[in-house]
Amino acid sequence: MPVYFATAGHERYRFESLAALLAAATPARSGDELAGLAAESEVHRVAARFALAELPLAEFLNESVVPYEDDEVTRLIVDSHDRAAFAPVAAMTVGDLRDWLLSDAADGAALARLAPGLTPEMVAAVSKLMRNQDLIAVARKCQVITRFRNTIGGAGRLSTRLQPNHPADDLRGIAVAVLDGLLQGAGDAVIGINPASDNLSNCTEILKALDDLRLDFDMPMQSCVLTHVTNTIEIINAGGPVDLPFQSIAGTEAANRGFGVDLAVLGEANDAARSLGRGTVGNNVMYFETGQGAPLSADAHHGVDQQTLEVRAYGVARAYEPLLVNTVVGFIGPEYLYDGKQVIRAGLEDHFCGKLLGLPMGVDVCYTNHVEADQDDMDTLMTLLAAAGVNFVICVPGSDDVMLSYQSLSFEDATYLRRTFGLRPAPEFEAWLARMDLAQSGAGPRALPDLGGLVQRMGLSS
Amino acid sequence: MSEAEFPDVVHRLSDLTPSRVRLDPTGSAAPLSAVLDFQLSHARARDAIRSPADWEGITDALTGQGLEVLDLHSQAETRDIYIRRPDLGRRLAADSRARIAASAPDLAIAIVDGLSATAVSTHAANMVRAIAGALPEIAIGPVALVREGRVAIGDEIAAAMQAPLCLVLIGERPGLSVSDSLGAYLTWDPKPGTADSRRNCVSNIHGRGGLSYDRATDLLAFLIRKARELGATGVALKDDRPSGPALSAPD
Repeated sequence: MPVYFATAGHERYRFESLAALLAAATPARSGDELAGLAAESEVHRVAARFALAELPLAEFLNESVVPYEDDEVTRLIVDSHDRAAFAPVAAMTVGDLRDWLLSDAADGAALARLAPGLTPEMVAAVSKLMRNQDLIAVARKCQVITRFRNTIGGAGRLSTRLQPNHPADDLRGIAVAVLDGLLQGAGDAVIGINPASDNLSNCTEILKALDDLRLDFDMPMQSCVLTHVTNTIEIINAGGPVDLPFQSIAGTEAANRGFGVDLAVLGEANDAARSLGRGTVGNNVMYFETGQGAPLSADAHHGVDQQTLEVRAYGVARAYEPLLVNTVVGFIGPEYLYDGKQVIRAGLEDHFCGKLLGLPMGVDVCYTNHVEADQDDMDTLMTLLAAAGVNFVICVPGSDDVMLSYQSLSFEDATYLRRTFGLRPAPEFEAWLARMDLAQSGAGPRALPDLGGLVQRMGLSS
Repeated sequence: MSEAEFPDVVHRLSDLTPSRVRLDPTGSAAPLSAVLDFQLSHARARDAIRSPADWEGITDALTGQGLEVLDLHSQAETRDIYIRRPDLGRRLAADSRARIAASAPDLAIAIVDGLSATAVSTHAANMVRAIAGALPEIAIGPVALVREGRVAIGDEIAAAMQAPLCLVLIGERPGLSVSDSLGAYLTWDPKPGTADSRRNCVSNIHGRGGLSYDRATDLLAFLIRKARELGATGVALKDDRPSGPALSAPD
């Protein structure tokens, strides 16, 4: 295993492996400290960045941070690497790549061509040399468009997942939260419910209710019940109206095993959902969630820092051409991302790394109550992400997810982003909102939606 | 419907979900009252996490029931360390470990602050009283009162007591609407390194639509008796009583 050296000031530092070098170069975060992988001092961290800047990108094609023989994620990354796409940067160091990404030569088309030539580890490495503004500037140049019943990720667009969770999966309670979101124009990325119970008939009932709503209102949107992918396959086989199979994924085979999945079952779900042909403008069907720290919590990190492993999860996601991918950045807990500063940094990293790899990246801008963060931190992160061109954010009524007990964005937050940055929902959904007199922006008088009619059609009349 | 009728509809629909729905047909920004109400809920949750539990009150309540208490501390010396280092919250400080006698009770009970001091201050002593009352045949050891602890610290305590069964009552991570939810974890043959799949959990014990003391006690008494019968907890031990309260979805 190669050893890496760096000199910073008068001190010479030695890094025992590529994984150790990547870990030491990572901006400070509690999860790497918990795993015993973080830089030993601030100078040590910067020394690692000097060494990383000099490292040839080609080194990542020779060295794996998790052994090829032991891990199917590594095998996927190595075996699917596109040498031709890599060619333009093949002679670069990690530092050269950072400079090139920030240059005018790296326009949207060049970045899209490069994506299959980059491995997750290369992308993680370059992100560690980039300041927050660099992560924003480059991500903004990457456009990733996906389609199912609408078109997500276009220029000047910001989509939202409407998350109407209810602690008892009460269908009327869910419908009220859906209505709350629709009044603010939310739901074009997906109306996605985390069920309180994974019971199959329960999940199917929720799916049917959402599908009936879509058909009744002729809504160009997709729905999802975020249950385990094996449950979704069963629901598909039983004839349930599945638009998008969902799964939490991670960057190592062992961590995915902790989630009860492997690459084969993800492929099975993708094939099953695509075979239904339910999309109208496209057939991207998978929905993945990720989050820094998941492999460590499953004791499956192989001595690799949590951010590098997170980007490997994106390497998994891109094999299935998903409709939606989001990091649940502030949800995993303070033992991985301690405070607002760490959550904001990680949110920008995750979004940038996903986009650079060609993923339709969204972010759950969120926190739990034991993280040192509050709504001001979320305001900062969502504003930065809107500047970075995030595909979608997650919204719940009043920022309060009463089922999962954490705080995400509110529908009003998405309205703030749209108004402040001049962003609009997916075009098909935007046209539907206009037809329904819902969530129209702009000055001057406008028609109010027929709330009574909506309530009646949604079966919520008393 | 006229605009004047909106408030009635909103009021009625809001009752169908605990979510913070506004159902504002004009799509306006959140009003200050909603913003401040959110901040109050967040402040309560933060205080529940950051404040010390009322250990004195818990001690008085337990000794008043004729139970002994044992003051213990994890290896996480402060709350900040506790939040960052879950591993240290699972292990006893050396001086605490030395104070535990091998009294070999049938059941070791540990009250652990966890992430909600409010939950243990409010509910833990009441739950111990109810459980002791429901299980007169079972000898309970001195009740361990554990600062800066996580669930697994009960394993080390019960093993040191040489108890075959351990019940941990712990403050659960506060949400915005409920910051005093207590969780109960039952472990047969407790020892350091026990996998979580070998425990049974009864969560959401609180007074805001959670599991009442009576229902939680009924369920825990059943699980404790069954665990002693089976010599096991975890996936092997299920609440298979007809129409018993659900393990995972308390009302």
